[in-house]
Amino acid sequence: MARITSSVYTSHVPAIGAALDHGRTQEPYWQKVFAGYEPSKRWIKEHPPDVVFLVYNDHATAFSLDLIPTFAIGTGELFMPADEGWGSRPVPQVLGHPQLAAHIAQSVIQDDFDLTIVNRMDVDHGLTVPLSLMFGQPAAWPCRVIPLAVNVLLYPAPSGRRCWNLGRAIRKAIALYDEPLNVQVWGTGGMSHQLQGPRAGLINRAFDQEFLDRLIDDPEALARMPHMDYLREAGSEGVELVMWLIARGAMSDRPPTVVHRFYHVPASNTAVGHLILENNE
Amino acid sequence: MALDKPYKDMPGTTIFDAEQARVGYHLNQFCMSLMKPDNRTRFRADERKYLDEWPMSEEQKQAVLARDMNRCIELGGNIYFLSKLGATDGHSFQYLAGSMTGMTEQEYRDMMIKGGRSPEGNRYLGEDGDAQPQHQPQGRAGKRGSA
Repeated sequence: MARITSSVYTSHVPAIGAALDHGRTQEPYWQKVFAGYEPSKRWIKEHPPDVVFLVYNDHATAFSLDLIPTFAIGTGELFMPADEGWGSRPVPQVLGHPQLAAHIAQSVIQDDFDLTIVNRMDVDHGLTVPLSLMFGQPAAWPCRVIPLAVNVLLYPAPSGRRCWNLGRAIRKAIALYDEPLNVQVWGTGGMSHQLQGPRAGLINRAFDQEFLDRLIDDPEALARMPHMDYLREAGSEGVELVMWLIARGAMSDRPPTVVHRFYHVPASNTAVGHLILENNE
Repeated sequence: MALDKPYKDMPGTTIFDAEQARVGYHLNQFCMSLMKPDNRTRFRADERKYLDEWPMSEEQKQAVLARDMNRCIELGGNIYFLSKLGATDGHSFQYLAGSMTGMTEQEYRDMMIKGGRSPEGNRYLGEDGDAQPQHQPQGRAGKRGSA
């Protein structure tokens, strides 16, 4: 049987990808960000996943305003890094896991989550920056990746509660998959940031730290937090944090082991938050 | 009964909801078209001509030509689409975000390094934080033109 062994949470700031790709990781500004991921890179070498189920949002890359799915699961064999206007990131292509992805889609749709099925899409920094932060710069990614793109661009994003419950349904689906795969679920985006208007640059450390605390200890109550709290407290783009609740919802009911926790301001416009939680069955 | 839109009382913030997306549909799709290198080349060669291929309002076209990001957002633009326009000009997200505050690039970068903008006074319209309408523009970039 497939097992969810752990979950990883991280911001996916595009400038982090640019700093990596242009060899600027040793600059003092960026060194403070990348230092927080050194323990993570060691940990994942010791705990290599077969498959990462990666929750992220598309930033007007694969999906324009022509089509806006709330939840879209990638069931394809292959996803190419997108050209977001600066040229594609020089990172490996992303190999999917079509069998497990199709299995999850079928199971969660029967559990009332109407996923959009995507066989062909390019993946943007929302998906590739987390892979770079955790795996560095290998010639090929060391695992399969199932993308789950969540709409957080057009208001309203799905509620925290809906995300939490989707995580529960994904947990059930993965437990029903016969092949013995080591699966990690990653939730990405956030933390506090706002990219638009005179309020651009908003950062709320207190909110972010409390979010991390509650995500670890009291996630089901955290999932009831309304959208307005994210928007007002964590900035208009801070609402991306609902995606972390999908990954947390996929974890076991028993308290997780906190392997690593990191928080830093800033990376470009954004507060960087990062957690690794191991499952205790 | 109208829908409840509690996010209308936040200072310096436009939430991209269904109404904004309706108004900004062609503006955002124009931005999206700049992901293709050929389109970027054509746009750079004659911006006005390229914009006239899109059924955008004259106000939207003027906002794009002026690179007035706050105006673009007011007219239905979304930052993730507008970033394609920024990329065409060689500008980062940080440049774009900073440009909407009236700060210079350096002023905005310094604010972020010091921990970013505080939420204090910036949660509701009518408070007194730096993002409130009565405190715009915030930096030297915005004051340059008005002198």
